[in-house]
Amino acid sequence: MLIKPSFVAVTLGLAMFCAAGAQAQGRVNVMTTTEDLAAIAREVGGDRVTVESIARGYQDPHFVEAKPSYILKLQKADLLVVVGRELEIGWLPPLIQQSRNAKVQVGAPGYLDASLRARILEIPQGQVTRASGDVHPQGNPHYWLDPENGKAIAKAIGEKLGDLRPGDRTFFDGRVADFSKRVDEGEKRWLATLAPYKGAKVVTYHRSFPNFAERFGLTVIDYVEPKPGIPPSPQHTLDLINEIKQQNVKVILVEPYFDLKTPNSIGQSTGAQVLVMPPSVGGVKAVTDYFSLFDYNVGLLATALQKSGAAGGR
Amino acid sequence: MRGSSCVSLALLAVVLLCGAPNSVSAQGVDPQALKQEIDALRTEFETIKKQYGDRLAALESKLGSAQPAAEVAQVPSPSPTGSTTPTANVFNPDMAVIGDFLGAAGRNRVAPSPAFEMHESEVSLQAVVDPYARADFFIAFGQEGVELEEGFITFPTLPGGVLLRAGKMRAAFGKINGLHNHVLSWTDRPLVTTNLVGGEEGISDAGISVARLIPNPWLFLEATGQVFRGDSGELFQSNRPRDLTYVGHLRAYHDITESTNLDLGASYARGQNNAAASESIDGRFATGLVGIDATLRWKPLQRSIYHSFVGRSELVWSRREQPIGTARAFGFYASGDYQFARRWFAGLRYDAAERADDASIRDRGQSATLTYWPSEFSQIRSQYRRIRYADADTANEVLFQFQFSIGAHGAHPF
Repeated sequence: MLIKPSFVAVTLGLAMFCAAGAQAQGRVNVMTTTEDLAAIAREVGGDRVTVESIARGYQDPHFVEAKPSYILKLQKADLLVVVGRELEIGWLPPLIQQSRNAKVQVGAPGYLDASLRARILEIPQGQVTRASGDVHPQGNPHYWLDPENGKAIAKAIGEKLGDLRPGDRTFFDGRVADFSKRVDEGEKRWLATLAPYKGAKVVTYHRSFPNFAERFGLTVIDYVEPKPGIPPSPQHTLDLINEIKQQNVKVILVEPYFDLKTPNSIGQSTGAQVLVMPPSVGGVKAVTDYFSLFDYNVGLLATALQKSGAAGGR
Repeated sequence: MRGSSCVSLALLAVVLLCGAPNSVSAQGVDPQALKQEIDALRTEFETIKKQYGDRLAALESKLGSAQPAAEVAQVPSPSPTGSTTPTANVFNPDMAVIGDFLGAAGRNRVAPSPAFEMHESEVSLQAVVDPYARADFFIAFGQEGVELEEGFITFPTLPGGVLLRAGKMRAAFGKINGLHNHVLSWTDRPLVTTNLVGGEEGISDAGISVARLIPNPWLFLEATGQVFRGDSGELFQSNRPRDLTYVGHLRAYHDITESTNLDLGASYARGQNNAAASESIDGRFATGLVGIDATLRWKPLQRSIYHSFVGRSELVWSRREQPIGTARAFGFYASGDYQFARRWFAGLRYDAAERADDASIRDRGQSATLTYWPSEFSQIRSQYRRIRYADADTANEVLFQFQFSIGAHGAHPF
């Protein structure tokens, strides 16, 4: 009987402590799984948020290690923004579970799947089996490489931040509008730069660029990987070399985290240029935000295609 | 329909029969009471009649509606599950099966392995229970039978930063005691586990686990306390309900650089052992275990899918009370695994362990492993193992393993 009042007091104390924490209108602590989402969250949140990403841009986002240090970061987060489409399935669930943070559990108010409003490509039709490699049953998760999707992500993050800090809703809405305006301007510029090469055929290492290719009029004819997640095989490499020669492909795009040996040898046998093209912010040093991601990649491609004399799809 | 009307008639007869003796005994008493009784019976009869009428009608309408549904089901459906809609599976747990096929060649007189063995097929079922908890089940189908390897509920968001687990689980003693076979770097478990920490099952029991992060500005620090029923294979044996097993674990983790990190742990376990039971004498004999583990990992982020290294060691001190006195034994292993290509791993392990009940017997072993990953979902491994048993012939074996998983994509262990 004596225990009860003290137990009640402790519970009440905890509840008050928690309530006080929720009321403190400091900066919103945003964690994202990738640097692209972090870059967009920074654009939207401005000085009213702190943003940090778990994965680095030069790291394969499928294979991040679930380090305990990330648990500490998630423990303090007010909002967790994820790419979704099972990109993080191999490492994020145990981190969320061990974070002891009710706010960022799947389905909680502080959990945001950024893919829900984006245009998702390559959603498998018919029966899905792993005979096709490490397929993503919910579609290709590299959707942020379309600026239109960038705007959708920003809008989703802005609304979520507004829900978490209703007092700052107009501030976040304003920043989303400003970001979208700048993306529109950028998109015009990027489309103009790549317009002369519309229909240019490319080969990529992994299926990281379908949204980028769709937006900027590139045709991805094949991949260095025979199937998603399966490293290059000699037979597939030989077939690919023939295909590149036949279809007169001028560039091979390789994500910064893949080995360049096979792409380089394909390049040597075919004359195609091998470009290390970052699919993420932070993938190379020059790419520090969402805009420079496109500035860099569009510039890289335009230069290479111009040099090769590939004036698109002919 | 005919059957149910028969049932209702039979029930009616039973009701009437039960009512009959009462009415007979009431006959000579009072016509008023008799009339009341008859009225009551009539009401009862009407009620039952109505009830059965309603139920019959419901049954008929059900049968009627089932007719067209059955016709629909006969139409060839593109879905292999027939008429079930995808939404019916939404709340099914994530399911996976991991097969572990082992082969052995060579000589081992102490613990001979069969030439081929479907060592284990582990079925995992995992899902969120409700807004407060999730549940994980791991059922192991072995050569001898089926066992619940683990089955527990986790409350991840309790106040005070506590992670609470209840159920059957592998205890947080050291590093590899908590790991399932399929995530180990070897086909077997080291001698220190076999001799001192409960063999392949390890410390695995029903109980409650509480884990809390200890806030500090320098590193990740987690303290875990666990209480178990007290039965873990031959290691702990509970002779009465009070004989619980206690396990405590402290884990410290620090990122040295973005590619290198250090993981340190200290563990303690204590419970009653089987000394009294096996020699049928009275008395209470406890086993206490102290363990230290260290793991150094290296994985360059930009080439993380191609190269990595994990160096690990665990040291275990055992203190086992026995009728003839207390036996103090020590054992350890040290291992290194290097990933030299996207799909290739090579590893070495050194083992040494005294026996829990007799520290003068000290076994030693060396292993070398080579592992190939066709994909993320399968693995082929070979292991050369030499064990110098202190009281028997030296064993020389080549072990090989096929491991394969189907179903939901599980998280990679760290």
